[in-house]
Amino acid sequence: MPFTEETLTRLKADAVEITARYPKARSALLPLLYLVQAEEGFVSTDGIRFCAEVLGITETEVRGVSTFYTMYKHTPAADFQVGVCTNTTCAIMGGDQIYAELAEHLGGPGAAEEAAHGHHDIKSADGKVGLDRLECNAACDYAPVIMVNWEFFDNQTPDSARQLVDDLRADGESVRPTRGPARLCTWKQANRILAGFGDGQATDGPSAGPASLVGLKLAKERGWKAPEGAK
Amino acid sequence: MTDSVSPGGATPRIPPLTPVLTANWDQPDSFTMAGYKRTGGYQALPKALAMQPDDVIATVKGAVLRGRGGAGFPTGMKWSFIPQGDGKPHYLTVNADESEPGTCKDIPLMMANPHVLLEGIVITCYAIRAGHAFIYVRGEVLHVIRRLQLAVAEAYEAGYLGKDILGTGFDLDVVVHAGAGAYICGEETALLTSLEGYRGLPRNRPPFPAVEGLYACPTVINNVESISSVPSILNEGSEWFAGLGTEKSKGYGIFSLSGHVKNPGQYEAPLGITLRELIDLAGGMLRPGHPLKFWTPGGSSTPILTHEHLDVPLDFEGVGAAGSMLGTRALQLFDDTTCALRAALRWTEFYQHESCGKCTPCREGSYWLVRTIQRLEDGTGTEEDLDKILDIGPNIIGRAFCALGDAAPVPIMSVIKYFRDEIMQHRKDGGCPFDPAASTAWAVS
Repeated sequence: MPFTEETLTRLKADAVEITARYPKARSALLPLLYLVQAEEGFVSTDGIRFCAEVLGITETEVRGVSTFYTMYKHTPAADFQVGVCTNTTCAIMGGDQIYAELAEHLGGPGAAEEAAHGHHDIKSADGKVGLDRLECNAACDYAPVIMVNWEFFDNQTPDSARQLVDDLRADGESVRPTRGPARLCTWKQANRILAGFGDGQATDGPSAGPASLVGLKLAKERGWKAPEGAK
Repeated sequence: MTDSVSPGGATPRIPPLTPVLTANWDQPDSFTMAGYKRTGGYQALPKALAMQPDDVIATVKGAVLRGRGGAGFPTGMKWSFIPQGDGKPHYLTVNADESEPGTCKDIPLMMANPHVLLEGIVITCYAIRAGHAFIYVRGEVLHVIRRLQLAVAEAYEAGYLGKDILGTGFDLDVVVHAGAGAYICGEETALLTSLEGYRGLPRNRPPFPAVEGLYACPTVINNVESISSVPSILNEGSEWFAGLGTEKSKGYGIFSLSGHVKNPGQYEAPLGITLRELIDLAGGMLRPGHPLKFWTPGGSSTPILTHEHLDVPLDFEGVGAAGSMLGTRALQLFDDTTCALRAALRWTEFYQHESCGKCTPCREGSYWLVRTIQRLEDGTGTEEDLDKILDIGPNIIGRAFCALGDAAPVPIMSVIKYFRDEIMQHRKDGGCPFDPAASTAWAVS
C-alpha cells in the first residue's frame, strides 16, 4: 500500500537527517532501507521506491542492494523475530536441538524436517513470532544463543526457548533480554534504531554479562593487574 | 597467589592476566562518559593532541601494535601509508562487523566500554589527519548500537567530537553505521563498498585503501580492539606496550574461550599465553572425563588444532609455526563428544552462505565442498571424495579476490588432516558415529 502523504512527509524528514550524516548521499542507502523497514516491517516495493527517489537512483539499484543483505525482509515480518544461532559452536552446544524443537513448537509437527530442507519461513499461527536460523552472532561464550529482534538471550535450553516464545506471544514487550533493555522492542522499533534513531534505552541492562567478566573477576581475586608504564 | 612469569619468558612479574580494555567492565556505568572518565578515560586524548600527528604515528609504530582483527598487520605502519598533503579528505573506518564464527570480543567491548573506542578514534583521526570516521558495526547487536549511539552523543556534548576539539582546531565527525547481515563486509574492501551504499563486494588490490579507499580517498580501516588499544599506548608509553607479549607479538589481547570449557568468556592476557594456561584459568574442560579434542585458535578461518597443541604460544609466530593462524584469538573448544566432520560441515555451509558470489572459485567451490562433505557425513562418501576436497580446496585458496575464499576450505582440509579415520568411520557406520545430544551444554557427563 503506498505511503500516505502524512507518512511520506515524516519519512522524508527522517531521510534528510540520515543522508546528512554522510559525505556522499548514496552511503545512506542501508539506513534508509532500515527506515522503510521500520515503517512496514519489511522492505516493500513502496519502500524501495521511496529510497530510490531520495537518492536519485533506480528502483533496481535499490532492490539489488536490499536483496544482498539478510537483515532486510521482503515479506512481512512478525512482531518478534526469533533467531537461533546454528553456527558450529552454538549448534554443537545445543542450538540445533533448540531450533528443531522451536520449529515444531511454532510450526507444528514436521516443521523442523521441512526447515531442514530449506523451508525457513516458520511463524506462529497468530503471526506474532517468526523463527529464523542465524549465523554466528558474536556471543559464543554464551552458547547456545537466541536473538529476538537482535537482542541477546544467552545460555538457552530447549525449555527456556519454548518459554521465551510463549512469553513473546503472550506479551512480547514485557520480555527482558539477558543483555539489553528492560523492555523488548518490536521488530519495527528495532529497525528504527538500526536507521540511527535511538530509543533512549541505552543505559538499561548490565555493562557486561557474566561470561564477559570471567577473566576480570579472576584477575581481581588473584590481585593480577597490568603493569604500569614509566609515564 | 603470586605473580608468575609471562609465557614469553622475557619479562618477569607480569601476571597471566592483564586487564586493560576489560578493566572497567564490572562497573555498572562503564559504558557512560562519567564511568569511563572515573576509571582514567580521556586522559590519552589531550596528550595526543599536544603532540605532532606524525609523533602519534611514531608512538604507535614504536609499540608494534599489530592489528587485532585477525591479520596482524602493524597498525602504526598502516597509518603511515596515508599520503599527507594530498588535498583529499582522509577517512577512518572502524571494522566493528565482528562476524567470524567464534569471535566474540569486540561486541562485549563496545557494549561495556564504547568510549575507549571513541577515544582511540579521535587520536587515530588526528594522527592520520581524518575529519570523518565511521564505525561500521554489524546490525545484529541492537544494544551495542544503542551504547555506541549514546557514547557518540556524549562525546559531542563533552567537546571530544565536533568542531575545534579541546580548543585545538581539530574537527572530527563520527557516524555509527549499522551493517545489514553480511559476513563479507568484515573484509575491508567489501566493507568500504557496503559503506558507499552498494552490495558488499570486495575490490581487487591494488589500489589499497590507504591510497584509494572510501570514495576513492585515503582510508584507514582498523579493527575495534586495535583502535581501542591506542589510548593505553599513549597513556603508558610504547615501551610499556612492547614490554608485554612476546618478541614479535607485542602487547595484550582479549582471548575468547567458548565451547566445552567450564567458564567460557573473555580473558585479557599478554600475547603468548597458551591454551593449556587458559583452560586452567577457565576451570578446566566442561565435563570430567571428556578431554579437549580439537579447537580453533582464531575463529573458523584458522585451521583447527588438537590436544597436541596445548602448549603452543598464542602469538602470531607460535600459532603460525603450528600450522594455523592466531586470527582473532577466538578459541572454540570441542571435547571428545564432538564429531569433527559435523563441525567442518557447519563451518563450510557458513562460507557457502556468506560467499558474495563475485569470484567463481569461491562461489562454486564452497557449494561443491558442502555437497561433498554432506555425502561424507551421511555415510555415502568415499576416499575419492576426500581427494576431491583436497583438490577443490587449493583451487579456491588464492584464486578469489578476498580472504573469504582463502578461508572456505580451511575447516574441512584441517579436519581431514587430523581426523581422516573418523571421517571414513561415517561410511563404515552408515552415518555419524556421534550422538549430538552428548555434546550439548546440558548433557550430563
